[in-house]
Amino acid sequence: MNGFARPLKIALGLIVVAGLIIVPMNFNRYGLFILSQWAVMTIAAMGLNLTLGYAGQVSLAQGAFVGIGAYAGAIMTTHGWPLPVAVLVAIVLSFGVGWVLGYPALRVQHHYLAFVTLAFSTLAFLVFRNESWLTGGIYGISNIPRPHIFGIATNKPLPFYYVCLGSLAIVSLAVWWLIRSPWGRAFVALRENPLRAQSLGIDTRRYTLMAFAIGSALGGVAGALYAPLTQYIDPVPFNLSLSLDLLMMVIVGGAGFYFGPFLGAMIAVLLPEWLRFTEGYYLMLYAIAVMGLLIWSPTGILGILDRHMAARRTKAASALRAVAKSRLETAQ
Amino acid sequence: MSNLFDLLVAGLATGAIYALVAVGFTLLWQTSQTINFAQGEFVMLPAFLMLAAMHVGAPFWLAIILGILLSMILLGLAFKLLLVDPMMRHGVLPLAIATMALAIGIKEAVKQFFSAEASPFPSIVPTGDVSVLGHAVSLQSIGVLVVAILAVFGLTTLLNRTSLGHQMQAAAQNPTVARIIGVPVERMILLTFLINAFLVALASLLITPIYLAKFSSGEVLGQAAFIAAIVGGFNQVRGAIAGGLLIGVLDNLAAAYVSTQYRAAVPMIFLIVVILFRPQGLLGRAEERTV
Repeated sequence: MNGFARPLKIALGLIVVAGLIIVPMNFNRYGLFILSQWAVMTIAAMGLNLTLGYAGQVSLAQGAFVGIGAYAGAIMTTHGWPLPVAVLVAIVLSFGVGWVLGYPALRVQHHYLAFVTLAFSTLAFLVFRNESWLTGGIYGISNIPRPHIFGIATNKPLPFYYVCLGSLAIVSLAVWWLIRSPWGRAFVALRENPLRAQSLGIDTRRYTLMAFAIGSALGGVAGALYAPLTQYIDPVPFNLSLSLDLLMMVIVGGAGFYFGPFLGAMIAVLLPEWLRFTEGYYLMLYAIAVMGLLIWSPTGILGILDRHMAARRTKAASALRAVAKSRLETAQ
Repeated sequence: MSNLFDLLVAGLATGAIYALVAVGFTLLWQTSQTINFAQGEFVMLPAFLMLAAMHVGAPFWLAIILGILLSMILLGLAFKLLLVDPMMRHGVLPLAIATMALAIGIKEAVKQFFSAEASPFPSIVPTGDVSVLGHAVSLQSIGVLVVAILAVFGLTTLLNRTSLGHQMQAAAQNPTVARIIGVPVERMILLTFLINAFLVALASLLITPIYLAKFSSGEVLGQAAFIAAIVGGFNQVRGAIAGGLLIGVLDNLAAAYVSTQYRAAVPMIFLIVVILFRPQGLLGRAEERTV
């Protein structure tokens, strides 16, 4: 883009980050909880955005990976392990399961793949609910401790919000790096034209599995943070509707756009809260808003912005062309 | 042995309802590439429309007619014109997501305007048992089976034996050629949406007396119909029927012989196996891959 746009963008980014750090300082307990939830859900949605938006593999199982991460986090931290170790275990576990779940993706595509992952999601829920020796069954796991980070206790909502925000920052940087690396480009190639990607020597098998595994691992990270955030988990939040919600976040924000999940999670987590004043109607209005948005722009919010910028760029380019043409004519 | 017979009958009865819902589901997919995630809510809503009609004093038979008509207007006509038409050309996924939002909207609307509690719903067949081959079978199961079989029979006759049905199939299989030979494709697509609305209203009428009318009852049902459609064959009406019956029976047998805790897992595992080894479904044709 234009020369001045880059510093402008960096300035805007810094303002947003500073805002996220400073503004919540005088938020109440509930406001901080919602904002932390936004950070956690953004991480999960970023993972799904990698799988779906970049690599083009439809997954209806991201909620199950959040669940796997949450149970790994809850079980380990209640047994005295520190949270960072639990997060690592959650990553490894979700990565492994995600890798295995990726195998059907090698055989079937599109909606069939969505159905396989949907079935997996339900199976995971049943395991969370029924294997009470491990997960506490329907009674769940309570008294999940919040961590000490660098010796600072994060029991209060504000410090823990910073834990979530910091994790979001780390994940964002990692994903930023990933999609600019050759891997990210390979993912996009996989989405756009798998056959051509293969003919160019990209091992589509490995990258498909990778897309699933990495996306799922981020779901695991989100889960491992979700457990200490709510300090109590039971199977209900990790049923199929969480997977559907996360998918909705990615599409509404704009699949395949880096900032899509941030916006999508904002809409899914914050919009219902802002609509609370309408009492019983808030989820209805939320549903109508999502449908309206998708009718207006099926590529999500960032799709609108993208089209707008593309239109402006074409306009600018044709203006430049007109100027150049008139110069040529006057020169003749 | 008698236990097995009872399970089979009960399974077939639920399966027949799943089949109705699954058939509508595949019809929408075939004609407009709509994966309707709100299909379960579509089954839940008509029962409430009928209850509402009875609240304002309509007798049961009139409430049924009003409910079916209203469903066809709301879930057929309005659904197609307001949501599917503007989104159809943008591909499968955004529309699928929009129907998820619609599912939330319908659920919340019912919760808000009717009740969050389960309400009883009158049955169109009298309760009681009859003796079949020495087994006591509930009239309700028989009634459900008969109505569902009649509906499916009527639909397949319409699709395979009438000119209208042939036009609908043509519109589904190849819209461009259908248009060239003079089939009013748009009207045919609308017709499938109306048929789907009719089928879900019928399913609502059959299943709600058994499971009560509740805003959240669509979730399980929608998923079952969804699985039935895929297992049977996403692009075949008879596949959806077979899938529905199969899932109904499987679900009931699993509850009895596997474990009540994991009964829901059996259809899921079955689904995964079918997709992995026969992705076009048990009775389906292979879809050509676009790659």
